[in-house]
Amino acid sequence: MGPGYVPFALGLVLAGLGVAIVVKAYVAPDPAPGEAPADARANDSAVEDAPVDDAPADGGAPSGRAASDADVLDPRPLAGIQWRPTVAVFAAVTFFAVTVDGLGLLLATFGTGLLAALARRGTGPVRALVIAAGLTLASWVIFVVLLQLRLALVGDWLGG
Amino acid sequence: MDLLDNLALGFSEALQWHNLMFCLLGVALGTAVGVLPGIGPTATIALLLPITFGFDDPTSALIMLAGIYYGAQYGGSTTAILLNLPGESSAAVTAIDGHQMARAGRAGVALAVAALGSFAAGTVATVVLAVAAPPLARAALSFGAAEYFSLVVLGLIASIALASGSTLKALAMIVLGILLGTVGQDLNTGTPRFTFGVRELYQGLSFVAVAVGVFGIAEILRNLHDPRSRTRMVSRVANLWPTRAELRRIVGPVIRATGLGSLLGVLPGGGHVLASYASYAVEKRVSRNPGEFGHGAIEGVAGPESANNAAAQTSFIPLLTLGLPAHPVMALMVGAFIIQGITPGPDVMTEQPALVWGLIASMWIGNVLLVLLNLPLIGLWVRMLSVPYSVLFPVIVVFACIGTYSLGQNPYDVLAVAVFGVLGFVLIRAGCEPAPLLLGFVLGPLLEENLRRALLISRGDPSVFVTRPISGVLLTLALIALVVAVLPAIRRKRDVVFAEDE
Repeated sequence: MGPGYVPFALGLVLAGLGVAIVVKAYVAPDPAPGEAPADARANDSAVEDAPVDDAPADGGAPSGRAASDADVLDPRPLAGIQWRPTVAVFAAVTFFAVTVDGLGLLLATFGTGLLAALARRGTGPVRALVIAAGLTLASWVIFVVLLQLRLALVGDWLGG
Repeated sequence: MDLLDNLALGFSEALQWHNLMFCLLGVALGTAVGVLPGIGPTATIALLLPITFGFDDPTSALIMLAGIYYGAQYGGSTTAILLNLPGESSAAVTAIDGHQMARAGRAGVALAVAALGSFAAGTVATVVLAVAAPPLARAALSFGAAEYFSLVVLGLIASIALASGSTLKALAMIVLGILLGTVGQDLNTGTPRFTFGVRELYQGLSFVAVAVGVFGIAEILRNLHDPRSRTRMVSRVANLWPTRAELRRIVGPVIRATGLGSLLGVLPGGGHVLASYASYAVEKRVSRNPGEFGHGAIEGVAGPESANNAAAQTSFIPLLTLGLPAHPVMALMVGAFIIQGITPGPDVMTEQPALVWGLIASMWIGNVLLVLLNLPLIGLWVRMLSVPYSVLFPVIVVFACIGTYSLGQNPYDVLAVAVFGVLGFVLIRAGCEPAPLLLGFVLGPLLEENLRRALLISRGDPSVFVTRPISGVLLTLALIALVVAVLPAIRRKRDVVFAEDE
C-alpha cells in the first residue's frame, strides 16, 4: 500500500458514483426538491436571469412558479448564477489572501470590505466605501487593540 | 468513596474564588469572540490561548481555558444557528436545523435550547466521566485499527442521513470529502499528494478554511442570489424562549444524545465529531415527523448540541489517559497543557489529581456560568440578525479572512476559503450538500490511517475487518445502513420528506 493507494481507490469510487449520478439523471430524475415546504420560498420572485421556462418537466414540482426557481430546480448548476456577487465575493477573499502580507492588515481589510460590499446589488460606491472604512476600524479595534493579534498593520511592500 | 473524594477535591479546587473568576472571565471572553461572525471555536481558542500563558498557577490557567472553551463552543453554535457559519465540524450539524429555525424567526428558541441541552448533557457527562473514566479508558484501549476503520465507515455511511437530497450525491460528497482530506503529505511515507508543487499544501487543507468556505462563504453567495435577503436576514423574531411543549419535546433527544455523546466521546480520534452526527441521525429516525428535520426541527438542535457537549466532557478520558486529543480544539488544549508544563497522559491522573479533577469540576462550573451568562444575552445575539444584510455580509467576509489567516498566518488558507466558497456554492446549486463533504474531510485521514495500519498489522490480509468481532458488527451495521439508504422504495419517501429547500 503506497501513498497513492487510497486516493486511487477513492478516485475510482467517485468516478463510479459520478457515472451513476449522470445515468440516474437521465433514467429517473430525482423527485424535485421543490416538494419541500413551498412556503419557504413561496414569495420568491424568480431570480432575474433565471431561464423561467427551463424547469425540468419531471412533474414533481407543486407549481410552475416555484419550479422555475433557478435556486433548486434548474438542472444546470451554472444557469442562474449572477456574476456580480459571485465574482466580487471571490475577489474579496482572494484580495485578502494576496495582500495581507504585502499591504498589511489595514489596507487588505479595506480592500476586502470594499469588494465584498460591492457584491450586493443596490450597494452604491459611497455606501461601500463607508462600510469598508467602518470595517477596517472595527477589525483594528477588535483584533489588534483588544485581542493583541500579531498582524502587521502596514505590510512589506510599503516598507512596514 | 473514590468518586466522591475525587469530585470533592475537584470542586474544592475549582470553587476557590479566584479560579471562579478566571472561569467566568474565560466564558465571557470566549463567548464574546466566538460570536464574531466568521470566527469559529478553533479560531477563538487560538486567539485567546496566549492570555493563559502568563499564569503562574497551572490550575488557574487550565480553568480559565475551560471557560474559554465553553464560551467559544457556545459562541460558535450561536453563529452556526444565526448565520449558518459553523466554525467546527460538530456545529455543522447544529447549523442544519438551527439556521432554519432562525430563518423562521425562532432563533431565540434555538439558542436557548442549545444552551439548556448542552448544560444538561454536560452535567450528566461530568458524572459519567468521574465514574467511568478508568473502565472506559480500558475499553477505548481495546479498539484497534480495524475497529476504528469500521467505526469511521459506519459514521460516514450514517451521515447520509444528514443529507436531504439524493443518496447518490451524498455518497459522492462523502468520497470527495475524503479525497480532499488526502491532500498533503502522506503520513507513512511523507510523499506529497495533490500538492502540485505548492509547498503550503504539504500540511493539507485547513479544516477551518474548508468549513468557512463551503458553509460560510457559500451561504453568503446563496443569500446574495436570493431576492428575499435584500434587506434583512430575518425580519421577525417571534419568541425568545422555548414553550413548555417545546421543552418537553427536547427531553428525549437530550437524554439519548447524552448517552450517545458520552459513549462516543471516549473514543480517541473522531468520537466527538461522530457524536453530533450520530445524534442527529438517531433523532431523525425516532422522530414521529422526520419531515421537519432540515426545516427547523427543535430536536435537530437539542440532540447534536447535547451530544457534542457530552462528548466534549468524556473526550477528556482519552486525553487524560492516552494523551490523545479528540479534535482540533482539544489539540489546542493539549498545546496549552504542555505550555503549563503538563504532558497529558496516563500519569497525570495519579500524579496531579488536584489538577485533573479541578479541571473536570471547572468544566462543569464553566457550563453553569455559560448558561447564567448567556440566557439573558440571547436577545442581544438575536439582534445580530437585524443588522442590514448589506453591512452584515462584508463583516462576515472580512472577519472570516482575518480569523482563518490568524490561525496559521498562512495566506493560502484564505485562498482556500475563496475557492471552497465558490465550490460549495456550485455544489449546493447542483443539489449536493456540503455537510457530508465536511464529515468526509474530517474523518478521511482517520479512515485512511486506520485502514493502512490494520492492513499493515494483518500483513495485508483484509479479512481482519470482518473476523474481529467488534469490527465485524460495525461493518455489518454500516452495510445495513447503506442498504436502507439506497433501497429505492424507502429512498423515494426519504427524498420527498427530507428534500432540502435551498
